[in-house]
Amino acid sequence: MAKLADLVPKIRSKNAGPFWVTVDIFCGDAARFAEISARLTTAHVCARLRADPAMVKRFDIENLAVIKFSFIRPAVQGSRFDRDMHGAQLGVLFAELEI
Amino acid sequence: MPTKILIPAGVLGLGFDQAALARGVAAQPDIICIDGGSTDSGPFYLGTGTSKYARSVCRSEWRALMLARADAGVPLVIGSCGTCGTRETVDWMYEITCEIAAELGQSLTIARLYSDQTAPDIIAAHDAGLLSPLVPAPPLDAEAITACTHIVALAGVEQIQAALQTGADIILAGRTTDTATIAALPLSCSDHAGGAWHGAKIGECGAFCTNNPASGVVMITFDETGFEVEPMAVDAVCTPHSVSAHMLYENSDPFILHEPGGHLDVTEARYTAIDDRRVRVEGSLWVPADAYRVKLEAAHIGGYQTTMMAVIRDAHYVAHADQWLQGLTSFLHRKIATTTSLKRDDFTLEFRLIGQNAALGALEDGIGTPLEVGVLLIITAMDQETATDLSKVINPFLLHHPLTAHEDLPTFAFPYSPAHTDRGALYEFAMNHVLEMSDPMDGFTLAVDEVVDGKAG
Repeated sequence: MAKLADLVPKIRSKNAGPFWVTVDIFCGDAARFAEISARLTTAHVCARLRADPAMVKRFDIENLAVIKFSFIRPAVQGSRFDRDMHGAQLGVLFAELEI
Repeated sequence: MPTKILIPAGVLGLGFDQAALARGVAAQPDIICIDGGSTDSGPFYLGTGTSKYARSVCRSEWRALMLARADAGVPLVIGSCGTCGTRETVDWMYEITCEIAAELGQSLTIARLYSDQTAPDIIAAHDAGLLSPLVPAPPLDAEAITACTHIVALAGVEQIQAALQTGADIILAGRTTDTATIAALPLSCSDHAGGAWHGAKIGECGAFCTNNPASGVVMITFDETGFEVEPMAVDAVCTPHSVSAHMLYENSDPFILHEPGGHLDVTEARYTAIDDRRVRVEGSLWVPADAYRVKLEAAHIGGYQTTMMAVIRDAHYVAHADQWLQGLTSFLHRKIATTTSLKRDDFTLEFRLIGQNAALGALEDGIGTPLEVGVLLIITAMDQETATDLSKVINPFLLHHPLTAHEDLPTFAFPYSPAHTDRGALYEFAMNHVLEMSDPMDGFTLAVDEVVDGKAG
C-alpha cells in the first residue's frame, strides 16, 4: 500500500464550470501510467468521494500519462454549503488515497 | 492565407509580458483577442454584474492593448467583459475604453455585443420547450427564472463575426464561450473548422499552454489543415505535451468541447513539434449539431449572510472541539427558538472548524489534534437584518459556551470588534441549461459607436 501522491509527480484539482470538478493525475511516464491505471480502481475513487459511479467520468490518457476523473461537486460552486470555491483542495482526496 | 491571432493573456487583469506583446505586434497579427471573464470565481460577479479584477488593473492592461491595436492596425476583441459579461460590465469596459481613447487621442469605432437575456424571454423559451437541462441542472420554472438577478447566454462565433462585420476597431463582448472570440476570424476565413475551435481552446488561457504561463502572450496561426502555436516571450516554449495537456485544464471532458452550433472532438488530434518552441496540430474535428444551442448562466439571491469567527487555543477545548460544537449548536437552536419568532427552516448556521475539517467537511478522514482551531460561523437568513440579529443572539455563546455544565465559563479569542461581519446577499448559480435558437442573433444585440476624443459622436 502506498499513497497515490508518493507514486506520481503531480495531482491537480480544479473546478470545471460551477457544477463539476476535475482532477488530473500526472503519472510522469508510460510505466507508471500503466501501473496506476491498473491499480487505481474507479470503485475505490467513488467510495472515497462518496459519489455515484454514474456521475463520475474517468479518462485514461496514455499519450499524456494522465488519469483524469471528473465528478459533480459536493455542493454547487458558491452555494450556501460550498466549502471550496475552486474545488482545488479536493485533490487531497486523491493524493492521500492508499492504493 | 493563414490567419494569425495574437492572444495577450488568459484574461484581462492577470498581467502579461510587455516585451512579448511587442514581439507579437511586430509579427503582424490579423486580430488581437483576449478573454475578460468566466464563472471561475463563483456566482457573486454574475449575481451583481461586477468585475472580479480591479478597475485600475484592467484599465492599465487595456491601455497597453489599445496601443498595441493602434500599432498593429487590426481589430481588438475582448469576450466576457468584466468577469461576468453582463450589460453592466460591457458598459464598464466601454467607459474605460472611452477614457483611454481620450487620453491617447484615438478615434475609434467600438462595437458592444450584449449577451443579457430577459426573464420574460427565457420563460417563453421554457414554455416553448426550447430549454434543455445539462447535468446537473437546478430546477427551473417561471418563478425561478424571474428570481434571477442576471441571465446571460454564452455567445459563439456567429455573434462575434457579426460584430467584426461592423468594421469595428474594438469589440467589447458580453458573455461568450472561452473560444468564440478566437475561433471567429479563422472560421470566417475558411480555415480548418476543427483546427479553429481546437486552436482557440489551446490559446484561450494565453501562455498556459507553454512552460511559462505568466508570460501570457501566444500567437496562434490557423490555416486550411490545422493550427500552429508559438509563445511570444523569448524564454517560453511550447511542446506537444504542454499543448495537448492544456485540453485537460478546467475541462470535465478532455476530448469533447461543446460550443454553440456543434462540438469539437480532439480524439484524433496529432501534436507535432515544428522546432523546439512551436507546435503544429492537425486532425481535430468539428461536428455540427442538429440545432443551434447556446448555454445559459444565471444567478439569484439565495439569502443574506453574516459571518463570525472565534479562535480556540485552550488545549482542552481544542481536543474536544467536535463535542463542544455539537453542544453549542444544540444550545443555539434552543436559544433562537425561545427568543425569536424564527422557524428552524428560516436560517442556517454553518460552522466550519478550521484546523479540523473546514475544507473537506464530511469527506475529511484525517485525524490529529491541531494546536488551535478556528471556528468560522456562516449565518444565512432571508434578509440581512435577521442574519445580523442572529449573530448578536449567538455572540455571547460563541465567546463563552462551556464544554460541560460543570466547568468555569471559557472565553475564546475574538479577532476583531464587532465579532460579526455582514456579507450582504449570497448569490447562487441558478441555471445549467442550453437554449435552442432559430437565429444566432436572437437574444443578442449589437451597439456600434464612433468615438472621437473619448466621446461618442
